[in-house]
Amino acid sequence: MANLINYLSGVAIPVIIMLIILFGLKEKVEVFDTFLNGAKEGIEIVFKMFPTLIGIFLAVGLLRSSGIIELICNLITPLTNLLEIPSQIMPLAILRPISGSASMAVAVDIMKNYGVDTLIGIITSTIMGSTETTFYTIAIYTSSVGIKKTRGILVAALAADIAGIIASVVICRILS
Amino acid sequence: MLNILWPVFIILSFVYALISGRVNEVNNGIFESLSDAVELSMTFLGTICLWNGIMEIMKKTTLIKKLTNLLKPFVNFLFPDLKRNEIAKQEISMNMIANILGLGNAATPLGLKAMKTMQKENSRKDTLSNAMMMFIVLNTASIQLIPTNVIAIRTSLNSGNPTSIIAPVWIATIIAGLVGILITKILIKKVK
Repeated sequence: MANLINYLSGVAIPVIIMLIILFGLKEKVEVFDTFLNGAKEGIEIVFKMFPTLIGIFLAVGLLRSSGIIELICNLITPLTNLLEIPSQIMPLAILRPISGSASMAVAVDIMKNYGVDTLIGIITSTIMGSTETTFYTIAIYTSSVGIKKTRGILVAALAADIAGIIASVVICRILS
Repeated sequence: MLNILWPVFIILSFVYALISGRVNEVNNGIFESLSDAVELSMTFLGTICLWNGIMEIMKKTTLIKKLTNLLKPFVNFLFPDLKRNEIAKQEISMNMIANILGLGNAATPLGLKAMKTMQKENSRKDTLSNAMMMFIVLNTASIQLIPTNVIAIRTSLNSGNPTSIIAPVWIATIIAGLVGILITKILIKKVK
């Protein structure tokens, strides 16, 4: 089963690209010219969002390297104990919305230290699978079209993340 | 939002680093973040151009209509404002399909394209429209059929059962998604 899924995820992208090109050929689309037109638009999108990325990465890098994230983890321990969230996963829960690469590194670290198939390992995997890098997603989606006022969308997205994290803990506890 | 959060994050970090004696780490952190951002943009440039090009081909075929029809009821329910904007609905459907299949690399470029299309209809260019809010929340909810990245990591760490997390991930994602959609629906009504 695992091998099959790994295989499928490996072939998915090449197969999709090929299928679309074959469809294009069948329906007599000038595939290369069309491809170029689309690709050109891609440059514009990256160009527009680059300054935002620099800004966001700077702030997240500072939060991490200054040790503030560790501090926050320690401060909210009483609350997480109340919800029976294992304290080992707290750095992950806090990093997850703000940095994809950092949260991935922390998740691997947790699973190496506490085991992949233990309750903590399974909770960690479930959190990684069911949540996204919220800050980053909001930043690039809004900045790519030059939007400044977000009408509190961060609140909705973070509430979803918190719900996802708590649900991960509860479900894994029930199933194990 | 970022006009307040950004300086707060930075100032807090500096002050805390000064108190805890981690100024050196912070100094290194600054330059590491910058090169991370450049590296990511470079990777992005490649994948975004690729998927924009491929999707441009797809849009000229009948494949796209078949896919949008499949998702129509769902999209119409979540995006009532886009009733007549067929292009936006097509692009949203493509982004959803890429997300569901776990093709994050493809989903983001498609999503950005959808944002661009929705922005054309947006009456206040500096503010998120209702449809954009719902769209962003869906994209932060990580709705996917098979969490391939996590399974790959679990396999690499020699898990006895790497795919055992699929069902828990589904349940957690659905709960997170529903909470996100619900709060967004409220925000759309309350925050103008």
